[in-house]
Amino acid sequence: MSAFWIATIGTSIIAFALKYSGHSVPERWLSHPKIQRINALIPIALLSALVAVQSFSEKSKLMIDQRLVGLSVAMIALFLKAPFPVVVLSAAVSSAAVYRWL
Amino acid sequence: MSKVASTTLRDSLSVSLTVGAYGVAFGAAAVANGFTVLQSCLLSLLTFSGASQFAVIGVLGAGGSALSGIATASLLGVRNALYGVIIAPRLKVKGLTRVVAAQITIDESTAVALGQETQGEDAMRKGFWYTGIGVFVFWNLFTLAGALGAQAMGDIRAFGLDSAVPAAFLGLVWPRLTGKFERILAVGCALFAIAMTPILPAGLPIIATAFIAIVIGLKR
Repeated sequence: MSAFWIATIGTSIIAFALKYSGHSVPERWLSHPKIQRINALIPIALLSALVAVQSFSEKSKLMIDQRLVGLSVAMIALFLKAPFPVVVLSAAVSSAAVYRWL
Repeated sequence: MSKVASTTLRDSLSVSLTVGAYGVAFGAAAVANGFTVLQSCLLSLLTFSGASQFAVIGVLGAGGSALSGIATASLLGVRNALYGVIIAPRLKVKGLTRVVAAQITIDESTAVALGQETQGEDAMRKGFWYTGIGVFVFWNLFTLAGALGAQAMGDIRAFGLDSAVPAAFLGLVWPRLTGKFERILAVGCALFAIAMTPILPAGLPIIATAFIAIVIGLKR
């Protein structure tokens, strides 16, 4: 089985197990303040790392290319409080323009 | 239909449509990162949690192992368990209904349910079910559309899809950067991941930042 299949099925099984556990375990297990706090921090850490790696690397090499333009445009859109689809679309359009014409 | 129920329905539908439409970005990004159309659609049907889905395709697309992808996605999925804890006492469901309720326990269904709090428990339950089912339907339809679209594109860079994925992550993290501490954590983790990319196997620099978050969360 390819890594992509293992990832698809494994992610799905754990995602459901997590959701179902929330509906099943006693509330006090998961309502500890430290767990709540860590839960607020983990997405910030992981998503920021993903932004960086997806923008500036290919496999294990660091590089700067059209994605820097896309990311900058996305950031400007977010500063201007644009909705999510506009953020993604403006990043894609600007990056594609740089890739095609430079 | 009563006035309360119709405002709940309106909230649920507008959230379902807007959020569901992001499914296009996911479907396209998944195919651009090497997943098949079938795998992309299965992720939306079975994993059904946007941030986790983007994470697993992001890690594998960057050359990470299946295990790194699963771990990153699962760490992002922990919050759905915490939503379940909030929602379960209000729903009071068992058996198969609980299985369905668990599957649609995500950011949006929880947020709309909590948003109906002033209108009573019944409105909260309706908000949860309408939004959860609505997002599920649209998210999956739009994933298929995005995946098929990307498959037809060829060179994804010519359409900017290589930038759509990091932009999506940025859009997901942005609303969470509420204070100085959160912003410093975000920039720190981004720099750490970049610095570790040439050194560690792909995927590990990302997972490692979760441990930074855990250590800081325990100490703070």
